[in-house]
Amino acid sequence: MSCWQTIQDYGLRSLGIGERLLPREDFTLCEQVTLIGSGLLWNIYFGTLALLAGFFLATALAIGKGARNRAIRVASTWFIFIFRGSPLFIQFFFAYFAFLSLKSVSPIFDPFTSAWAGALIVLFFNTAAYSGEIFYGALRSIPKGDVDAADAYGFSGWARFRRIIWPTMLRLAWPAYTNEAIFLFHATTLVFFSGFPAWQQRGDALYYANYFADKTFNPFVPYPILAGYFILLTLVILGLFGLINSRLNRHLPKEARRRLKLRVNIIR
Amino acid sequence: MFSYCTDPQTLSGLTWLSCYLTTGKHMQFYISFGVVLLLLAITAPTALLFGFGGAAAARSRIWPVSWLGKGYIAIVRGVPDIAFFMFFVIALDQGFEWMRHQLLCPDWDQPIRQGSDFVVCTQAKLPLGNAPQWIHEIYGFSLAVLTFAIVFGAFAANVLYGAMRAVPQAQLETAAAYGMTRRQIFWRILVPQMWVYALPGLGNLWMVLIKATPLLFLLGIEDIVYWARELGGTANPRFTDYPHGDWRVWYFLALLVFYLGFTRISEVFLERLMQKLTHGQATTGGDAQRKAAA
Repeated sequence: MSCWQTIQDYGLRSLGIGERLLPREDFTLCEQVTLIGSGLLWNIYFGTLALLAGFFLATALAIGKGARNRAIRVASTWFIFIFRGSPLFIQFFFAYFAFLSLKSVSPIFDPFTSAWAGALIVLFFNTAAYSGEIFYGALRSIPKGDVDAADAYGFSGWARFRRIIWPTMLRLAWPAYTNEAIFLFHATTLVFFSGFPAWQQRGDALYYANYFADKTFNPFVPYPILAGYFILLTLVILGLFGLINSRLNRHLPKEARRRLKLRVNIIR
Repeated sequence: MFSYCTDPQTLSGLTWLSCYLTTGKHMQFYISFGVVLLLLAITAPTALLFGFGGAAAARSRIWPVSWLGKGYIAIVRGVPDIAFFMFFVIALDQGFEWMRHQLLCPDWDQPIRQGSDFVVCTQAKLPLGNAPQWIHEIYGFSLAVLTFAIVFGAFAANVLYGAMRAVPQAQLETAAAYGMTRRQIFWRILVPQMWVYALPGLGNLWMVLIKATPLLFLLGIEDIVYWARELGGTANPRFTDYPHGDWRVWYFLALLVFYLGFTRISEVFLERLMQKLTHGQATTGGDAQRKAAA
């Protein structure tokens, strides 16, 4: 079987398109690369959607944590504490079993017991909490002069937030937020190891890498392939976030622009 | 455990619960919390040691050494840590067996990898086939500790490398002017001063390490996650004296609360430590303390 044939058969295997049976023996390098790459689609799906949705909730949480209203402040603080203070792995397990129990109460919770919705919700809340804390820190370090100047120009309410505070917050938070995005994508590999079943063996990249390592008892091929894919993914994220970063800082002279760099790791 | 627990069928309410929560299996569940703490207690210093080695290597003037150190720091950043956990546990096991195989059975002529099997001679097996169960468990646990130490050592190396570069250059130059050798500068000037810069990063790392402990489950250790799944699952009256429905969600809620409490305690402790260390330091933190006191 040629490699092109393998790609046609297994390229979209993780979505259930193509050949159903996974290879059982005599695994070729091509099969491993194709299947692990096909699993990466799930990682991209989880990461992208959670990041996009989490961004808005994170902004709300950051404002909520700094709000004058006590109820809102306490609620946001607790939300952030719960999701940042406990391991994501346990959160997945807890959510899965919670949805499983809720399923018997109402069929609305049916989709949440499968990974595509249930795990996505957990990742969404989790990244919202982590980014919310980053944004909150950025909100607190907005230069006082910026806000004073906005007041002097007669900005208030929504316009002041939208035009002055929010962009400055994003500028300050962006390097840390880039890190958060990278580690969110890394965290997506936990999904299929934490209760959520991989229905019809449609798993993510680590699921397939683990499958091959189990079958061949040779970790030295599938895991480096996985590592290669993730390094590529990390570079793509860095590139995209770098573009946004330069757009956020486009008013600054070139030398004053801070370059994005990876800092200390955060995993959950 | 209690004397009234002899016939669980007659119990109800709180007495039932008190008996249920003190069964032998639950005791093993509680002991597994100790395993987590033990893992933390062993891994944290080991990872710090690995990190120190990595950071020192990355600073080396000999380029293969510095390249190795920098590579060690860099590789863990781009790849999910879980992938490393899954990889190292098998890779280390096979590596040790392969080395023993080379030493103990030099005249073995068959290939080690036969299809999808990894075959070494019986003397090289780790642990030996006839070893008692507890040796197998200790071996598995040590592999897990080593894996954690390698992965977190890379994170620690990253932090310490940054801290070493944060020590003011003038300090090192002064030492050099006094005629100290590179080695003396490293041990007497750089290392004592870097800890203040490293502490926030290391504190962060400690939190991350706490939150990584449930991954022990993936390494095949019977840890809290294992027991929570085991005990929480529907208990059939045919096999147990304490039948109940699917309680896994409650067990994981308990784990969630355990971790929240643990992180909170660590947070408070680290904050106090940081305040103590910044006292009198020429940093913004120390400055704020001076102003508050005045």
